[in-house]
Amino acid sequence: MSVTTLPSRRIIQQRQPGWIVRLFDYKPFLIVMCLTPAIGLLAVFLTYPLGLGVWLAFTDTTIGKRGVFIGFENFQYLVTDPLWWNAVFYSVFYTAIATIGKFALGFYLALLLNNHFRFKSLLRAIILLPWIVPTVLSALAFWWIYDPQFSIISYLLVDVLHIRTTNIDFLGTPWAARFSLIAANIWRGIPFVAISLLAGLQTISPSLYEAAMLDGASAWQRFRFITFPMMLPILAIVMTFSIIFTFTDFQLVYAITRGGPVNSTHLLATLAFQRGIAGGELGEGAAIAVSMIPFLVFATLFSYFGLARRKWQQGEAND
Amino acid sequence: MTDVAASPGNSNVASATPDTMAWDSRARRVMMIYLPLSCFVLILLFPFYWMAITSFKPNAELLNYKEHNPFWITSPTIAHIKHLLFNTAYPTWLMTTMFVAVCSTFLSLFASTLAAYAIERLRFRGSPYVGLGIYLAYLVPPSILFIPLATVIVQFGLFDSPLALILVYPTFLVPFCTWLLIGYFKSIPYELEECALVDGATRLQILRRITLPLAVPGLISAGIFSFTLSWNEFIYALAFIQSSANKTVPVAILTELVSGDVYQWGALMAGSLLGSLPVALFYSLFVDYYVSSLTGAVKE
Repeated sequence: MSVTTLPSRRIIQQRQPGWIVRLFDYKPFLIVMCLTPAIGLLAVFLTYPLGLGVWLAFTDTTIGKRGVFIGFENFQYLVTDPLWWNAVFYSVFYTAIATIGKFALGFYLALLLNNHFRFKSLLRAIILLPWIVPTVLSALAFWWIYDPQFSIISYLLVDVLHIRTTNIDFLGTPWAARFSLIAANIWRGIPFVAISLLAGLQTISPSLYEAAMLDGASAWQRFRFITFPMMLPILAIVMTFSIIFTFTDFQLVYAITRGGPVNSTHLLATLAFQRGIAGGELGEGAAIAVSMIPFLVFATLFSYFGLARRKWQQGEAND
Repeated sequence: MTDVAASPGNSNVASATPDTMAWDSRARRVMMIYLPLSCFVLILLFPFYWMAITSFKPNAELLNYKEHNPFWITSPTIAHIKHLLFNTAYPTWLMTTMFVAVCSTFLSLFASTLAAYAIERLRFRGSPYVGLGIYLAYLVPPSILFIPLATVIVQFGLFDSPLALILVYPTFLVPFCTWLLIGYFKSIPYELEECALVDGATRLQILRRITLPLAVPGLISAGIFSFTLSWNEFIYALAFIQSSANKTVPVAILTELVSGDVYQWGALMAGSLLGSLPVALFYSLFVDYYVSSLTGAVKE
């Protein structure tokens, strides 16, 4: 007898769970509970500051003083400020050149890595290193490489290869500093682009290449008419991310030049930091930060139309 | 006899280079693949080599290229690292960074696991829109947030506290982790959960006993990625932290070690090397997870 009653009692216990358990099994409640931490964090520390930032841009808030609404005064001031125009120019220039460099070299590296050779996974691991290491720390290494007196590049060019007679002043003159920063940014960006695009390359079916080779397509034609169109969707996504994070870059410039020489290498983000946090003019800094938004929206639309094109190519059903 | 001798030789050649074709000679391969690849590797790794070699060079060699070959060290020294560890607050900065990175990683893993589970498994009306909203949050760069966030942090009385960083880092970690985990949850067969439901398991039991154990690779990916991102974060740490003891390694090296007109390159590079080591070590242990999460996030 006792053998048969034991299991039945256990079943009865299971059928009467406590009200907490029942509450947590009630789907709407559970959904709210599950979403609360993530949505809460994002709402308090992302959505609210984003709105607050737009509001601050229309006030004259400084550190320690609550601002009042002043309309477009901050923006009107920025439009007459040559430093702001300078930062807009350099942000666009920096983003354009660095993106072209990153994608040209990154795509090339991805194509190279797509071949068969020994130690491929080891090589892939090594290549991702610049992306893993904290940007500021590798930027410091670049700062040291760009040292006016002890630059290793100057040493190579002057004392080893005898191409030049004087050291290069990498960070001393505006244009040299601008291109030095872009080079450091490209160096840091190549791994991300290459590894992401490599993942895309590996999804292209080899049969396409076989068919093209049977038809007598050259290597360039295979790249132009198979690889490139097949890579467009992933290129669009990676490029959007890259453009957004290059345009709003802060660390490299802040670590290497801090906007100098003579404010020629300020990006909008470093200018916003200089005015907003270091200078205490929160309203004006917020206005500079807000002035980045139109560019970012443009970059996101760019990706959207890249994706739309993929749909158009493959047909609506095949998403 | 000749046939027997020749056939193993042939197959050896074929297996050594499986994709070699008639026009694809060895010399061509060297020129087209190995040469450019080695150039890339050389350039991508050189700054690290330079960082490492500088941190072990005595000052005399560091600033004298005429008598010492700068690419090599003749008498390596650990003076810079010693200086860093015993004369500066470097160990404190390392501990703070580690604390902040670990805490924000766990916080965002917790939040994003629940969110991903709700969006992917507890399907409700509008769940794709919630997912899209979280994804869009990833596109908001810290550079446009740090000024208003600084005022929010001051309002909450968190200024100059590591807790501020722990709470703020999830804003860029949660979107990434949620999208990564949604992808992983998608790959787990729904039938498993249905079986458990039929057996009378509650939703939370299902999450704990079935879904989470199966999503462990995804959790590891998301975790190491979050750790790396929060270790590397710079702009928030720079804007919200003022006292030396609470600074994270990237900020502290730049603001505390860079002082005066003569830069202590040895100590700076030693600091950068030590600051990069934890993530590099982590990375070497979990390379495949990094690659899969990086490529997975892009494909999503």
